[in-house]
Amino acid sequence: MSNSLENLEQSFQDRIDRGEKIEPKDWMPDRYRKTHIRQISQHAHSEIVGMLPEGNWITRAPSLRRKVALLAKVQDEAGHGLYLYSATETLGITRDELTEQLLAGKAKYSSIFNYPTLSWADIGAIGWLVDGAAIINQVMLTRTSFGPYARAMVRICKEESFHQRQGFEIMLTLCRGTEAQKQMAQYALDRWWWPCLMMFGPPDAESTHTEQSMKWKIKLKTNDELRQQMVDQTVPQAELLGLTIPDPHLKWNESRGHYDFGEIDWDEFWRVVKGNGPCNKERLEARRKAWEEGAWVREAALAYAEKEAERTAVSAAV
Amino acid sequence: MKKQWPLWEIFIRSKNGLEHRHVGSLHAADAKMAMENARDVYTRRQEGVSIWVVPSKHITASNPDESGELFEPSMDKAYRHPTFYDLPDELKHM
Repeated sequence: MSNSLENLEQSFQDRIDRGEKIEPKDWMPDRYRKTHIRQISQHAHSEIVGMLPEGNWITRAPSLRRKVALLAKVQDEAGHGLYLYSATETLGITRDELTEQLLAGKAKYSSIFNYPTLSWADIGAIGWLVDGAAIINQVMLTRTSFGPYARAMVRICKEESFHQRQGFEIMLTLCRGTEAQKQMAQYALDRWWWPCLMMFGPPDAESTHTEQSMKWKIKLKTNDELRQQMVDQTVPQAELLGLTIPDPHLKWNESRGHYDFGEIDWDEFWRVVKGNGPCNKERLEARRKAWEEGAWVREAALAYAEKEAERTAVSAAV
Repeated sequence: MKKQWPLWEIFIRSKNGLEHRHVGSLHAADAKMAMENARDVYTRRQEGVSIWVVPSKHITASNPDESGELFEPSMDKAYRHPTFYDLPDELKHM
């Protein structure tokens, strides 16, 4: 019985254990396929929805230099969404189906984008912290077992480092500015810090997907490990800015060689995941509007292409 | 189901002297749009000097389940590699 499902699954696992990459046409367990469709599309949706909070400030950027940087960053995010949608489509699902899952609320996107961007400093905080957290996750994912996902991550990581640097530069400028500007930077950090730590997902003990994902090398580190990495790397950066991280329990732990930090409000996390964050409705509404109002453009472009193809065929026949 | 824009595979030559390499795919109504989108999506940072766009449906791919048979003929032909031939050490650089 060399073809039994069990044997196929075993040889698939052996390939993963040997460090081989899985490519779209290779045999894979159905759950591996489904997990990837869920995870990569969620990642793609996050890039696209993530354009919205930042897009909010493009017209109000304080200088042309800031404006072109922000425009380029938001454009990158559209590109990142596209790399990821393409990777998802290799698993046998269409772009339209993916979009429809998002608009129907069936597919998730990162909860961080359900928070509002209230001041210019939020654009700095997003680049510094949200992109900082994303990079930690994405650097890990460059070594993930599914080839198209790993390749998309390599591209994205290369482009993402400018995002974080421009964010940190915004924060640095504000922190070296007037008292009011520094205050604005501090308020932004206060509001974004905890949601950023939540970006890595629920604690390991409660994470339903972690064990299988580690076995399939979809993830190579657990949520809590990545979160710790984020805290450890960000504390000295906040010190450099002269800002205070809003956590009274934050303390260097000599014996662990890591920072200890306070309890995350997981009730808030689940509230936002389940659709009741400050901007969930607004974000989905914006996506729905773009999709519906763009429908005639998609149809017209296709009709034009078909007509042109017909015309070419006719003139070739003559 | 509604019709979707066809899928295109994108190949980029990073500089003259190098081959075009596959970089990814995208949807576009026609070749012109595929070209413009490829420019915007895959060459935002001077990644290329030349772009090919190819309708994905025109690519015929080998079947990974048949890789064994397909590539078997090259497995036992060590004599196609330079290291197969025993030559004296005194003979350098050959």
